[in-house]
Amino acid sequence: MTTAELRQQRGTLPNPDVGTYEAVNRDVLKVLSRPGKGWWILFGMAATGVAVFLACWFWQIYKGIGVSGLNAPVGWGVYITTFVFWVGIAHSGTLISAILFLFRAPWRQAIYRASEAMTVFAVMTAGLFPLIHVGRVWHAYWLIPYPNSRFLWPNFRSPLVWDVFAITTYFTVSAVFFYLGTIPDLAAARDQARGLRKKFYQIISLGWRGTDREWHHFSKAYIYLAALATPLVLSVHSVVSWDFAMAIVPGWHTTIFAPYFVAGAIFSGVGLVITLAVPMRKFFGLEDYLTVKHFEAMAKLCLLTSSIVLYAYLTEYFLAWYSGEPPERGSFWNRVFGHYWWANWIMLTCNGFVPLMLWFKRVRRSIAALFVISIFINIGMWFERYVIIVTSLSHEYEPWAWGLYRPSVIEMGILLGSFAWFGFWFLLFTRLLPPVAIAEMKEVVPPPMRGSEEAAT
Amino acid sequence: MIPAKRRQGHRGFFALFEHLDSTIDACKALRAAGHKGFRAYAPLPEHHLLEEGLALKHSPVRVFTLAGAMTGAATGFAFTTWTSMDWPLVTGGKPIFSIPAYVVIAFECAILFGALSTVIGLFINAGLPNLRRMVAYHPECSNGSFGVYVTAPAARADVVKEILEGFGPAELREDPEGFDV
Repeated sequence: MTTAELRQQRGTLPNPDVGTYEAVNRDVLKVLSRPGKGWWILFGMAATGVAVFLACWFWQIYKGIGVSGLNAPVGWGVYITTFVFWVGIAHSGTLISAILFLFRAPWRQAIYRASEAMTVFAVMTAGLFPLIHVGRVWHAYWLIPYPNSRFLWPNFRSPLVWDVFAITTYFTVSAVFFYLGTIPDLAAARDQARGLRKKFYQIISLGWRGTDREWHHFSKAYIYLAALATPLVLSVHSVVSWDFAMAIVPGWHTTIFAPYFVAGAIFSGVGLVITLAVPMRKFFGLEDYLTVKHFEAMAKLCLLTSSIVLYAYLTEYFLAWYSGEPPERGSFWNRVFGHYWWANWIMLTCNGFVPLMLWFKRVRRSIAALFVISIFINIGMWFERYVIIVTSLSHEYEPWAWGLYRPSVIEMGILLGSFAWFGFWFLLFTRLLPPVAIAEMKEVVPPPMRGSEEAAT
Repeated sequence: MIPAKRRQGHRGFFALFEHLDSTIDACKALRAAGHKGFRAYAPLPEHHLLEEGLALKHSPVRVFTLAGAMTGAATGFAFTTWTSMDWPLVTGGKPIFSIPAYVVIAFECAILFGALSTVIGLFINAGLPNLRRMVAYHPECSNGSFGVYVTAPAARADVVKEILEGFGPAELREDPEGFDV
């Protein structure tokens, strides 16, 4: 290959400044070797937050669910809001790792490992919330479908039972997909590590050698797993949305919920990927890997999903008016102008209006601007679920059954603690597993060929 | 760690190549010379190496995926149907056999079983976890280089060595006995 051809080819690659396979190993494995002061500070904060989280939860177990603000008519509050929020966050990880893999998007290689880790930890966080929410956590095994003492089985027509199946499947499949993808990179870490770390990587890399036989079956298995994960990711948030849409509560009982929730999930997830990728890129010196091109691609994904979400909001308002049903109209009027007007306007501003700035190329290519917008997205998407759940339950059919809900300090502690819990795992991940997929990065680096080296110099 | 498996009466050669095309050519030459018992090592799933160099075709992993997914769908559907037939209790005025609701469970089970059996298929076919001592290996193969490991009967060892040397390996290691990878 001549120099010109090589340059031309490199121009089309997403990581033009990563030239050799050795550079990938060096730059990525370097991250695993030196925990800086900043990392320890963050890790200490996360550990403290986890302690707060557990303290709040134990207090609730000790005193009873009465320490939360949950009561009739609003029986679902911050816990279910946060559950849906974290399940939604998980979705973009699978989108980037599985769907963009099937579409052969060249920018996914550098970012997918971190976003897949985010998926696994977000589902781990989400999975705690139904247990927190039900109060008597020692009965959590009731979620497993088994018959009662008179041999009556659970009602499989209930969306809540579907949810148990969807979430456990999602957690299992995304954890397996994540782990499988890291095996070749763990082998790379093993080959450079020493001492105790080497032992650790030796065990978890399962004796991977990178032989033709291993790669052949591995790459096929990876395609099939991606093909299974793609419909799964679309189904999981649809099932979560049916937890609401199957009920006849005004504001919930609509057919657009499944696509609307899936788009919102991807929107919030890409938002959090940006929030996590910006500091990772800076502190771990991964500027050549997570380039402006990657951020621009994610910004476009945000813009697309934000438009779908805004369109869904407007459709909901229109259909509430067009239906002519007083409870439906009342519910939506209450959302926008009622007691929780502020939550609704935070949602509309953060999810619908702020992302409109992404229409400008300069904003899409500015990492600082994207970081700020991504935080707005995270806040807005939490409030979207809060608005859907709380305002709808507080304003159902009968005026005498209307009521208000105010989250308690314990609920806020658990909400903030869930971010610490997530951060705790994510920080451990950045130190123990290669945060950029080493083997897959090499697919977008020109392979070493005879003669190409003399030509390039 | 289990000790590596020796091949009686064989010698082993490990050639480390810096270039992808040399590795592919070496594999082609070995195949042309009638050698089958060799392995190529790569730091990435390089499809030119797998398809041109080693002529690998379909992987049986897909059968595992299909079988797992179908078993899962059948299990999910049978489970929900059987449990509601076991105690026919009408809820919400819905039929006892509520197909749309049970499709959701069957779908999730199809994905779960399909994914897990894909992993089992991979482990069986790729021989993972591989707990044998890593004798026929070079740590550069997870970094920036490619490798070829050949075992040959002592009578043919010189021919193999000559083929490998012809493609300019960065390193050629000769083991007095051959190993299974």
